[in-house]
Amino acid sequence: MKASSVTEHALPNSFRTGPDERGRFGIYGGRFVAETLMPLILELEKEYEAAKKDPAFHAEMASYRTHYIGRPSPLYFAERLTEHLGGAKVYLKREELNHTGSHKVNNVLGQILLARRMGKKRVIAETGAGQHGVATATLCARFGLECVVFMGAVDVARQAPNVFRMKMLGATVVPVQSGARTLKDAMNEALRDWVTNVADTFYCIGTVAGPHPYPGMVRDFQSVIGDETKAQMQELEGRLPDSLIACVGGGSNAIGLFHPFLDDADVAIYGVEAAGHGLTQLNAASIAGGRPGVLHGNRTYLLMDKDGQIEEGHSISAGLDYPGIGPEHAWLNDIGRVKYLSATDDEAVSAFQLLSKLEGIIPALESAHAIAKVVELAPGLPKDHLMVVNLSGRGDKDVPQVAELLGTSL
Amino acid sequence: MTTRIDARFAATASEGRAALVTFVTAGDPDHATSLAILKALPSAGADVIELGVPFTDPMADGPAIQQAGLRALAGGESLVKTLDLVRAFRADDDATPIVLMGYYNPIYVYDVEAFLADAKAAGVDGLIVVDLPPEEDEELCLPALKAGLAFVRLATPTTNDLRLPAVLQNTSGFVYYVSIAGVTGTATPDFDVVTGAVQRIKRHTALPVAVGFGVKTPEHAAAIAKGADGVVVGSALVDAVRGSLDAEGHATAKTVSAVTDLVAALAAGVRSARVAA
Repeated sequence: MKASSVTEHALPNSFRTGPDERGRFGIYGGRFVAETLMPLILELEKEYEAAKKDPAFHAEMASYRTHYIGRPSPLYFAERLTEHLGGAKVYLKREELNHTGSHKVNNVLGQILLARRMGKKRVIAETGAGQHGVATATLCARFGLECVVFMGAVDVARQAPNVFRMKMLGATVVPVQSGARTLKDAMNEALRDWVTNVADTFYCIGTVAGPHPYPGMVRDFQSVIGDETKAQMQELEGRLPDSLIACVGGGSNAIGLFHPFLDDADVAIYGVEAAGHGLTQLNAASIAGGRPGVLHGNRTYLLMDKDGQIEEGHSISAGLDYPGIGPEHAWLNDIGRVKYLSATDDEAVSAFQLLSKLEGIIPALESAHAIAKVVELAPGLPKDHLMVVNLSGRGDKDVPQVAELLGTSL
Repeated sequence: MTTRIDARFAATASEGRAALVTFVTAGDPDHATSLAILKALPSAGADVIELGVPFTDPMADGPAIQQAGLRALAGGESLVKTLDLVRAFRADDDATPIVLMGYYNPIYVYDVEAFLADAKAAGVDGLIVVDLPPEEDEELCLPALKAGLAFVRLATPTTNDLRLPAVLQNTSGFVYYVSIAGVTGTATPDFDVVTGAVQRIKRHTALPVAVGFGVKTPEHAAAIAKGADGVVVGSALVDAVRGSLDAEGHATAKTVSAVTDLVAALAAGVRSARVAA
């Protein structure tokens, strides 16, 4: 890799200061977009910086978090899972209890309040499984904004309930027929729409990827997860957790949990990528199976062929089925602050069943990837080890798919 | 040293007309036919060739060029093979400028320095990389200029006077004015607005200004050619390729002429523009 024109990695005094003024986390991130979009993302950056300094913006967000989303989400001691594993004390951060059923709404609330400040009347979003699309359609309904959601035609077919939810919430769902007709193509199409409707449209990106300022901004909106966890653990156990674990597709639920703890050196942090059929076969593990490249406005780890053509991600979980990862994760991997593991489809389905039976909580297949690694790590750890896993979404949406896998027809 | 791009725009200017800039996708519909199309372009009336490098995720392109890219990728086209095309073209033609147009990832993965050296050696004259705005000049623009390749920047309807100097600063060869806010080959521009925009850009730069995105017919080309130094046509040409294919998507005896016939008509449109005015 030529690094003559980019910043070399160096261990910083703090892991929490990024991105720099060019939108970089080490060599990752940046603003790799068409000229037509540059004035828009520069304006967005300016508006977000202003909002960050405005107590009224924070007060408004806090109020909707409490009364509309239902925060704070509980930090719950998973007693039977802990007993079953016989090691670390496992806590679940219950993001699945949020309105709309996942962490996605934390970010959408922030972006929609920002869109309102900017006077934008039309909101576009991309979605894979439909969780981000549903969250965006929900907030747009709440604030009376036009909402257009781009979704790969393949995903439209396999996520019919979420498509109907979005339509019921008043959104227009556009099935994307280009490319491989999944999440990355939905993102391409959203960018094409944005470039065409520059004057009135706000692009609500669903994860910590895309051009600067999105990765840092979405992280800030999701960091409520880690901030709450810190305070809740202090109250419950009187100290910091020993380890954190979360699934990573683009990586917004993970960075939301991790970021407030990055400078707490004694907290071990694990991200879990989707290994699909296995790392040597079809998978969506960008760090384990990819290398640095440029797509969708940022430099990060990507799944691609030797010529730089982007490959499709594969995971049983549509929410992890993306060939890239947020640039801050790429950086945290390279500097070694976060350790990235992976879980296969089969491991995720086992964890899905285990948590359902032991705790009465059906996790999203995405979150089940994180649970799978808890199952692997917890038994080898002492009983006073405090482990927090982000239960980023609920699994109702996945019940038909898992039923089919287990040979049950509904 | 006068570059091929400078020489060609000087020549068309001295003829009192705009240059016709033709875009085709490398490897569309297959490598051999693509080379035959390239070789036939100059005599059909193309003054400058933009050669699209296929990419799986062409975010700034409309359906026509997206599909051309997919056809090329399905046939195994790559950045390496695209440079082979340029080398083969240069064996017979040392005057027609070739500008590669595409996205950054294939170049980044190839390795920037190695790519610039290989592109220069193959006979490439300039680069248009859609997802590299001035904010990312250190990535490729500055190394390309150092390597003796032009870096042609896109200016768009959202590039206001405040931003224009930054966009023009490291631009060389020519300026590519994107006539619409949108993707390639979709909306038709408002020609009066485009003429005004070209004049605005020319107040800031001595470089030729070529206009593209949405130019489909000889009439469009003539309308743009009245006020611009170059007219870029792309989607209409790759549509002509598509329209000539057989039911299995393979090239036919008509594929090359489908492109050259349209180029000839566009060239006539460009040449008529200022006579008619």
